[in-house]
Amino acid sequence: MISLAGRDILHSWGKFVFTGIGLGLLIGVTLTMAGVYRGMVDDANVLLDNSGADLWVVQQDTLGPYAEPSSIYDDTYRGILGMSGVARAANVTYLTMQVRQQVDGGTRDVRAMVVGITPDGPGHPGQPGYLVDGRHLTRGHYEAVADIAAGFALGERIRIRRNEYTVVGLTRRMVSSGGDPMVFIPIKDAQEAQFLKDNDAIVMQRARTAQNPALNRPGVPGLLDAVIASQSTNPTVNAVLVQVKHGADPDAVAEPIRRWKRLTVYTRAQMQDILIKKLIATAAKQIAMFLVILAIVSAAIVAFIIYTLTMGKIREIAVLKLIGTKNRTIAAMILQQAIALGLIGFVVGKISATFWAPIFPKYVLLESGDAIRGFVAVMVICVLASVLAIRAALKVDPAEAIGG
Amino acid sequence: MDKQYSDSSERGIRIEGLKKRYGHGDTAVDALKGVDMYVAPGEVVGLVGPSGSGKTTMLKCLGAVIEPTAGRMTLGRDVIYDDGWKIPDLRTLRRDKIGFVFQAPYLIPFLNVTDNVALLPMLAGKSNAEARKQAIELLKALDVEHRSSAMPSQLSGGEQQRVSIARGLVNHPPVILADEPTAPLDSERAMAVIRILNQMARQFDTAIIVVTHDEKIIPTFKRIYHIRDGVTYEEAGEGRGFD
Repeated sequence: MISLAGRDILHSWGKFVFTGIGLGLLIGVTLTMAGVYRGMVDDANVLLDNSGADLWVVQQDTLGPYAEPSSIYDDTYRGILGMSGVARAANVTYLTMQVRQQVDGGTRDVRAMVVGITPDGPGHPGQPGYLVDGRHLTRGHYEAVADIAAGFALGERIRIRRNEYTVVGLTRRMVSSGGDPMVFIPIKDAQEAQFLKDNDAIVMQRARTAQNPALNRPGVPGLLDAVIASQSTNPTVNAVLVQVKHGADPDAVAEPIRRWKRLTVYTRAQMQDILIKKLIATAAKQIAMFLVILAIVSAAIVAFIIYTLTMGKIREIAVLKLIGTKNRTIAAMILQQAIALGLIGFVVGKISATFWAPIFPKYVLLESGDAIRGFVAVMVICVLASVLAIRAALKVDPAEAIGG
Repeated sequence: MDKQYSDSSERGIRIEGLKKRYGHGDTAVDALKGVDMYVAPGEVVGLVGPSGSGKTTMLKCLGAVIEPTAGRMTLGRDVIYDDGWKIPDLRTLRRDKIGFVFQAPYLIPFLNVTDNVALLPMLAGKSNAEARKQAIELLKALDVEHRSSAMPSQLSGGEQQRVSIARGLVNHPPVILADEPTAPLDSERAMAVIRILNQMARQFDTAIIVVTHDEKIIPTFKRIYHIRDGVTYEEAGEGRGFD
């Protein structure tokens, strides 16, 4: 028996292929939306992986340092280093801000997550895991290591707040949970940049302090200078990143830090939970809504296309039924066409998504698993969508082939 | 495999007291009021009548497409209808026992000429090669073999109608119902189609009923059934030209 569906597709292949391409672009958008969600989750995991930490020590009762502000004193890490099970500990500060780059005849602002780290070399908590060019931070001031996605070149000078930094190293896939590229600078610079005021603001603050009789007592020499000095320094960091000793249980190491240091400590699993279930939860729901709507729209379009194609063949279907074609042969013809349309659409969609995903400003992760799930969903949608057309075809009266 | 009907030496179709009523109660319309007809194997008869006389209703009843209200129909020795269908599978009956030739050829536009004709034997379970061979033989007999690879849209009106006749004949049905087969054709082509139907009726021992109100072809029938207000009247035709 010849394939009626195949012959019909070959006969009007142009219409079929163009319809498939249209559907494919829609499927491509759906796959890309799934890729955007996967990219967000991957960015969150990458942030945790790149920190090189087993524990995050943050201000008590906060979800810091990524989901909420956290502020702890920068000498806290010394006490933590002396606790049982702790291998290494380092301060870290995160600031999401605009980093200014000098370009031909002007400037370009790059949205970046500036990370203040202790320049202790690779493997230390907070350090970029690997470099693709240049070297790690070695000096205490005005050096930077940047993710290549920021678009900075080795040796280039970039501006963070009022200070300029030389890019000494380039790394890859070091991004914030929001997908912004990271720029690593020495911790002291980051602490300064976090609360750095402009000169006018400093002058005004000093004047206000001097006018405060409680802080500028005639009989207490040096008090005003001490107060002003304390106002212009920042002794806090956002978190202390802790690596535990080999074989140590992170939960067991975390417990005494919580108890004795009066700080909140998160393990990797807890931090992952915060990032994925809290920080990107709303965005994920937004994308899920888009996916549901796109799936419904795709199903409606497939149903409409198959129904229209079938309605265009009503007379032929009536003739086929009149000359003795079985209902299941007619149903199979429509079903096969729906599946073929879905196949063309999926192939076009997958190729489209693969080509345009790298163009997106944020990371789009197209997982094979999602592609397989997408393929199954497309096939199910096509089968369901063909039901309407099959019902209509089976209702066709063979008498319609006879005039009168 | 579908049920195969008994081969019969008597391949004609006989209709006795066939009635068809549409609707119920006060709105009921009697389209057929007790029609009698017999068409012998190898015979071509005309069924003529004005619009609304019941021609199409009769054709649909004969084609097992709609169910009559009462009466009896036999095809060869098989009783098809006797105040109710006596054949459980009307689809197989239509496929194996009744050939259709329509006013418009209604060829399947996405199948070429050979496959349009071969589709019926394929549906009956024959292999593709066997069905195509059978189709080619018939196309040769109808002088359209040279168009066997063409798509229907590439054929002239006369060629399409010949392919349509081939499709109606391909399973060698005992009866062919032709619904206004010459309506879209000019006189020359209309006569050619009638000539072919006569040849095929004799060659395959098939009873052919031609529904028409085409004045050009009416004189070609040896027997004519006039239908008016749901009742048939038989008369001898001129029957000229095709013996």
